[in-house]
Amino acid sequence: MLALKHIGKTYPNGTRALDGISIDVEPGEIVAVVGGSGCGKSTLLRAISGLDRPTQGAVVLDDDMITEPHEKIGIIFQEPRLLPWLSVADNVGFGLADRPRSERQQRVAAALDRVGLTEKARVWPRELSGGQAQRVAIARALVARPEVLLLDEPFSALDAFTRVDLQDHLLDLWADQKPTLIHVTHDVDEAIVLGDRVLVMRPRPGRVAEQIAIDLPRPRDRQSAAFDFAKRRVLAALDRSLDRAISVDDRETKSDSGAAMWW
Amino acid sequence: MTIEARRSATDASRPASERYARLARPALGLLLPVVAALAWELIVRSGYASGRLVPPPSVIFNTFVELARAGELQRHVLVTTERVAAGFAIGVVAGTLAGAIAGYSSLTRRLFDPTLQALRAIPSIAWVPLFVLWFGIFEGSKITLIAVGVFFPVYLGVMGAIRNVDRKLVEVGRVFRLSDAGMVRRILLPAVLPDYVISLRSGLGLGWMFVVAAELLGASEGLGYLLIDGQQLGKPAQIVAAIVAFAILGKTTDWIIAAGFAPFLRWQDAFAPANEA
Repeated sequence: MLALKHIGKTYPNGTRALDGISIDVEPGEIVAVVGGSGCGKSTLLRAISGLDRPTQGAVVLDDDMITEPHEKIGIIFQEPRLLPWLSVADNVGFGLADRPRSERQQRVAAALDRVGLTEKARVWPRELSGGQAQRVAIARALVARPEVLLLDEPFSALDAFTRVDLQDHLLDLWADQKPTLIHVTHDVDEAIVLGDRVLVMRPRPGRVAEQIAIDLPRPRDRQSAAFDFAKRRVLAALDRSLDRAISVDDRETKSDSGAAMWW
Repeated sequence: MTIEARRSATDASRPASERYARLARPALGLLLPVVAALAWELIVRSGYASGRLVPPPSVIFNTFVELARAGELQRHVLVTTERVAAGFAIGVVAGTLAGAIAGYSSLTRRLFDPTLQALRAIPSIAWVPLFVLWFGIFEGSKITLIAVGVFFPVYLGVMGAIRNVDRKLVEVGRVFRLSDAGMVRRILLPAVLPDYVISLRSGLGLGWMFVVAAELLGASEGLGYLLIDGQQLGKPAQIVAAIVAFAILGKTTDWIIAAGFAPFLRWQDAFAPANEA
């Protein structure tokens, strides 16, 4: 189990990016994190990954305190961050250098097959489209079989069509090994398609404002009324997190018009 | 993405005309020198000019062949190449080490870089008298001068390349928990290599430049000596022959470096045709 215990982060210049964040995440749970810009979503993710250390509190995975990158924790960034001098297959196998060659080849081939890029194994990353490159990055993270996979707005640079495609693809891949996913996004639809739970953060300093459980069965129909209802709840929570005064009766219209503005 | 798509579209429609253009481009560049050489040859042959101070191509070629047949050319080429090789090796090793340290540690950079930049501002030929006093008039001073010339572009290239390594890729290395050695071997070295090759090539160019300076200032053998000898004995054809030898050597060694590293830089290839077009 992944536990965040009173995580706080204060930068040397005195800026408080995070304050008192405590969350427990069950194995296999998908947590979507949304919030206005500057509310510390990425800072939180970097603290969980061990790339940065929190100034207060601790991240605990099973019984290990996370103070530096951990083999059970993978991360996918907003950009694919493929190494341009390695072929697609070598990029996917980057984290498996200490494994025997045959095992590495077999796992890389399986991972590439799983993201549908087998025929791209020998090409350079620059020859991939944005969506393909991000799929390679997903394969690179999953091939190491992490228990926890962190995603930092991984689809935000992609066009809407590719994004929806990759959201479904990610769920499909998640079903293989059921790692814990913590998915930072500023796309409310994405948060609801993916998350068992949506964490709404509020800024200055970054705190958890509300947690909204999404009890819809998967695969989730983006057009359904239940989906729409969940979306409205999240948008309303976002509005509240930014301290926007909204009276109860016109919340719906306000939220809808605010939907494009909150981030 | 649209640019990418457009490029691959032109790739697909790259028929014979494109291949023809690839051959025609260097040929076009050769047009001017070849025509000029032929014209000068004709002018001298038909007696409009004596060609005594500016020898026609045929005379230069004959001089070149004579020098080669007598074994003179090989001897001088060998001596000069040895000097460049020694100076280049020393300059590259020193420049790489200093550049790597300065690029890696900002404290070292703040400590040493201003001094090195000040030294770089000195025209290197100005060192010659001092080097002669310190290292003698023979090989020592010449090789030192060449090494100094090679040092600075390599130092600057390595330092800049290390400082410009994408922090985001370094982070990928951290996520996969690379050791320090692993980080250097699997992230830093490949990231730095393209810039390093460029700095090696410009360092080598300066090496050839400085060997001429060193040999002009006093040598009893070497291509630079052939230059001086040709001047003192009034043999312009010998001077031009030596210049041609320099050109061939410079181009060949540059090509060796470029070709030697090409297999490791194949991932960059696609940028080249786009830049040339």
